[in-house]
Amino acid sequence: MGGVILYGSPISTCSARVLLCLEEVGAEYQLVPISMPTGEHKKPDHLARNPFGQIPALEDGDLVLFESRAISRYVLRKYKESGTDLLKEGNLAKSAMVDVWLEAESQQYNPAISPIVYQSLFVPKMRGGTPDQAIIDASLEKFKKVLEVYEARLSKSKYLAGDFFSFADLSHFPYTKYLMVTPYASVFESYPHVKAWWKDITSRPAFKKVSAGMLGS
Amino acid sequence: MAIKVYGLTLSNNALRAIAVLNEKGLDYELCPVDLQSGAHKKPEFLALNPFGQIPVVQDGDEIIFESRAITRYIATKYKESGADLLPDNSAKFETWLQVESSQFYPAISAINFELLIKPMIGMTTDMSNVEKQAEKLSAVLDVYEAHLAKNKYVAGDVFTLADLNHMPEVFLLLKSPKAELITSKPHVKAWWDDISARPAWKKTAASIPV
Repeated sequence: MGGVILYGSPISTCSARVLLCLEEVGAEYQLVPISMPTGEHKKPDHLARNPFGQIPALEDGDLVLFESRAISRYVLRKYKESGTDLLKEGNLAKSAMVDVWLEAESQQYNPAISPIVYQSLFVPKMRGGTPDQAIIDASLEKFKKVLEVYEARLSKSKYLAGDFFSFADLSHFPYTKYLMVTPYASVFESYPHVKAWWKDITSRPAFKKVSAGMLGS
Repeated sequence: MAIKVYGLTLSNNALRAIAVLNEKGLDYELCPVDLQSGAHKKPEFLALNPFGQIPVVQDGDEIIFESRAITRYIATKYKESGADLLPDNSAKFETWLQVESSQFYPAISAINFELLIKPMIGMTTDMSNVEKQAEKLSAVLDVYEAHLAKNKYVAGDVFTLADLNHMPEVFLLLKSPKAELITSKPHVKAWWDDISARPAWKKTAASIPV
């Protein structure tokens, strides 16, 4: 039947989110690199896939999708029969919890962690610039408050949505992986349950494989 | 036991939950949360949402927070009631549901907060932030304009949750000095005129104190 085509980059956080899903379900796929430094993501060929000019985008036959969380959901649904059900859409109580913690990643966790990663890793490494420490410090304070909530949750629940690993846990991986490459990784020392959760999910083969293609590995 | 919504009809995110309940024709009890007095940071409320934010929906034993998780839950559980807001397995639907969250919401909610909410709570509007966010939103809406020229609704031919999730912020923006960001784009405006004419939305809009 042939696989899907993912347009993106193995070092991109949002591409990594989708790559993880593809690896978790054992899908057949091809990664076609899109070069951000040369502005390829803003050229007509890619804009035809994603009018917002961002990566990743996915092609499955005639279907084209963009937005990594939408692509991921599509992939996880399509390959559900592989035995890896990370959405639990057959069980409303469980899928509701997956969706709650997916939204928490998107609306609470991500806005706090991404400026830290952007300033301390992407700015120096990819733009040759100097990190803005004021932004990092402000974001760290926000992030610690978020981690307090996660610590409480993970003290009562092995994974975010319940006693089962799900897309909600997976979605946190890319930015957290990058934080771990910076000196700010030490922030997790104060949150033992979060640290244990991170150790658990990163021991999965899919995580090791995708991690190997990212910066700082 | 009726569905409980903890929130306020002034809150963009609570309105998302209220709008979906109205589209479904469901009965619910609105339990106001007094943000001004810090009710949302007290233990009683944090037991419902540890992030200390509205809305929270309680449906029997289920307690759901994060408005987009709430709207998906309601649309799924009550699929047979009222308008069906979930097309079966549509890639375009999932994509544009996410577009609202990633591309549209950050800029429009920032503008609405600056222009409408800050004056109400004794804070000063940061006009340079308004202009910065307006530029971002305008670029995003250019993409919407092209998309809605080829699609009646964001997910295709029918009204879905992907349209509904946009509605509270658009309503609020149209009450602000930056309304022209929407009204200057013919297909975006036509889309809004259509979806805001829905009886369920009119019921929701009537409860918004702006």
